Amino acid sequence: MSMSSSAFHTNINEVRVLPILEVKKETSTVQSMVLKDYLCSHANPGQYAMIWIPGVDEIPLSLSLMRENESCRITVKKVGDATSALHKKVTGESIGVRGPYGNHFDLVKGNVIIVGGGTGMAPIIPLIQRLLQIGSNLTLIAGYKDSSELLFYEEAMDLLQSGGKLLVATEDGSRGFQGFPTDILSEEINTGSYDMVYTCGPEVMMKKVFDISENNGVELQASLERYIKCSIGVCGQCVLSPLGVRVCVEGPVLKSSILKRLNDFGVYSRNSSGKKIRL
Amino acid sequence: MEPVLKVNVAGLEISNPTMLAAGVLGISHSSLERVYQAGAGAVVTKSIGINPRKGYPNPTIVHLGFGLLNAMGLPNSGIDEYCKEVILAKEHGVKVVASIFGSLPSDFQTLASKMESSGADAIELNLSCPHVKGVGMQIGHDPEFIHTIVSAVKSVVKIPVFTKLTPNVTNIVDIAKVAENAGVDAITAINTVRAMAIDIETGRPLLANKIGGLSGQAIQPIALRCVYEISKSVDVPVIGVGGILNWRDAVAFLLAGASAIQLGTAIAIRGLNVFHEINEGLKKYMSKKGYKNVNEFIGFSHKY
Repeated sequence: MSMSSSAFHTNINEVRVLPILEVKKETSTVQSMVLKDYLCSHANPGQYAMIWIPGVDEIPLSLSLMRENESCRITVKKVGDATSALHKKVTGESIGVRGPYGNHFDLVKGNVIIVGGGTGMAPIIPLIQRLLQIGSNLTLIAGYKDSSELLFYEEAMDLLQSGGKLLVATEDGSRGFQGFPTDILSEEINTGSYDMVYTCGPEVMMKKVFDISENNGVELQASLERYIKCSIGVCGQCVLSPLGVRVCVEGPVLKSSILKRLNDFGVYSRNSSGKKIRL
Repeated sequence: MEPVLKVNVAGLEISNPTMLAAGVLGISHSSLERVYQAGAGAVVTKSIGINPRKGYPNPTIVHLGFGLLNAMGLPNSGIDEYCKEVILAKEHGVKVVASIFGSLPSDFQTLASKMESSGADAIELNLSCPHVKGVGMQIGHDPEFIHTIVSAVKSVVKIPVFTKLTPNVTNIVDIAKVAENAGVDAITAINTVRAMAIDIETGRPLLANKIGGLSGQAIQPIALRCVYEISKSVDVPVIGVGGILNWRDAVAFLLAGASAIQLGTAIAIRGLNVFHEINEGLKKYMSKKGYKNVNEFIGFSHKY
């Protein structure tokens, strides 16, 4: 084991190059990796790490598990050069980590609904763990493209065995309800009195979750994805109009009170040159 | 009576001497508006070129603890797209200084004219980006080229033209004099210092571009010295930038001869409230020293 893997780091901004302890294929397109990192293992649900793939890129990734043995898990879908390079990594190879960065989900003790879509399930796993720890009643609505992409479905099912409801939707109906998780949410939100809705997934889905929550007077916390470059609030790449909210430091988790004032939410992002593009 | 923070930098009237430095947050009008509302007297945009540029792959920023190392690679949406952001920022009453970069004098002329038409209050020529080939610092090293670009831009716009200088030269004062002779209205000093960082585990440079520019605390004494030397040698105003993190630093730069100061790295370290904090600190300092106006102590240290 390399020296840096056992060093005790206290500065989140320092790049720690660490060996990958474990690689797990989660679905046909998604892979998880476990690292031993003191700082990220103490992250709060919703925070992210900047992962450096030496010679390739550095990208923000959700922490999908924080364990007591100082290890943490990152989960990544193969979508481009950086993520493909990560998918080629095997146990024992090294990657760089800095963070954890960003804010986190605010934990509410009460009746809560969580809506996850695809890889958006990654930060939801530690959120479920913490919410159960504080004694909340959970309803998880998980949405997937099809039954080959059921990311963390079984893991969520195991967690929710002790109490909580799990509803699943697939676009092709190959598992659970045929349709979108938002279809289930529209019904479910009427069935009880809910204190909070949490969501992470494609932004178009989250915009629908926001509309449904607003219509039903329930507060929402949504974890947004933007092109994050610096992660420390200076480069301006991830900013949302018109408030100038920096997703990298004031997000990624944004609440209804902010979301309702962001015209960009669910509509626009910015590409690498900074040009506004439709989502 | 409360001390007056208002300053006039070569015709650019600003409510206080703090400005957002180029390259920081300035991608969108909403960021410019937010920084202006946070207390900046003016905001400098990202450096904008003729065509869109993606910039370098990550890592583009390394947080070193004593400063930031960056090689963003001048990402920008191109002048035509970016003018929309300037127009929107101006609609909200923001004082906008447009930072521009290019390779040819005609590029700079086109960029400056379009920025002026969009409502920009001043132009800042980026003649000093330390890590992009063919633009920025390579131009910033060549006195003849600086003269040509400054004269060219001055001939096409009415708004004040600033030029931002690199410290990565043998004598920054000589370059400042060239810019002054070419008719520049103010000098911004300094851009980042060429630097690098290496990860010892992999042996690789941390920045994707290997070499970048250092900002923040580490370069502050260098920037302060440059501002002092330049302001002693030229008659045009100097805008100080480089590692200013709090009001004490800001005061030191004003004493050294800066008419205004710019903040960049401070935003990462101290947050957006740093503009407000510096302005409040300046007022307290001025009250204590009996100054009614910032101009009363700009360049005070020159007499020693």
